Amino acid sequence: MTNTYRPLDSLAALGDPTRRAIFERVAARPSSVGELARGLPVSRPAVSQHLRVLKAAGLVGETPEGTRRIYRLDPRGIAAMRDWLDAQWSQALAAFKDFADQETNDEQTKEETPE
Amino acid sequence: MSIAPIVRSIQVKASPARAFDLFATRMTEWWPRGRTLAKSPHAAIILEPREGGKWGERDAAGNEMRWGKVLAWEPPARLLLGWQINCDWGYDPDLLTEVELTFAPAEGGGTLVTLEHRNLERFGADAARHAEKLGAGWPERLAEFARYADGRA
Repeated sequence: MTNTYRPLDSLAALGDPTRRAIFERVAARPSSVGELARGLPVSRPAVSQHLRVLKAAGLVGETPEGTRRIYRLDPRGIAAMRDWLDAQWSQALAAFKDFADQETNDEQTKEETPE
Repeated sequence: MSIAPIVRSIQVKASPARAFDLFATRMTEWWPRGRTLAKSPHAAIILEPREGGKWGERDAAGNEMRWGKVLAWEPPARLLLGWQINCDWGYDPDLLTEVELTFAPAEGGGTLVTLEHRNLERFGADAARHAEKLGAGWPERLAEFARYADGRA
């Protein structure tokens, strides 16, 4: 199964209040299942189940750390936004350079050719 | 967790003071046409020259779309802007990501302009808030539908 980022899946995954609380904690700080369960009125198996849904939606990723698994924000969803902004800023700066250099050339031409 | 910021640099021939001025006060003239966020093309880019000033675009009919605000106005070296456009490409006053521009003297009298767009991980928290709003809206939509359906029963 390909695991591509789909914004609507992500939003649906966050519709559940407990799942949203788990996501917000993971976003604030990478955590293990035990750490997440400690701060919430739900069992560890329930936290694991919510993490599975968040993972399937591309919101959360896991990395092994010793014997534990650490859950953290999955940057793929945000990566789509980052790519868009990166392209946007590249174009904006290139346009600014063209404009600024043209203005500077015009000023220099005026200085070099007094009336 | 943080996401790597976007960092881009270009060199221009103008001095830092002049480059700052051209960048910040004449955005309408250099911002690429058709590369803005509102549905209709922009007639002006608004960037109020003070801390707390607004940043956005205005179309020919006078409709404004906010992009964010000025966080620090420090000519000739630095301009700090707040980009407050969320994952749905709408203005969100609760979201704040920073776009910092620095204007450093370069060899030959020019200026190295560097842009850094950071706090990108906040788009993740923003997605969570979106879901909350979506959740809050549903009972109302369902109630509206029930009234509509009942009226036609």
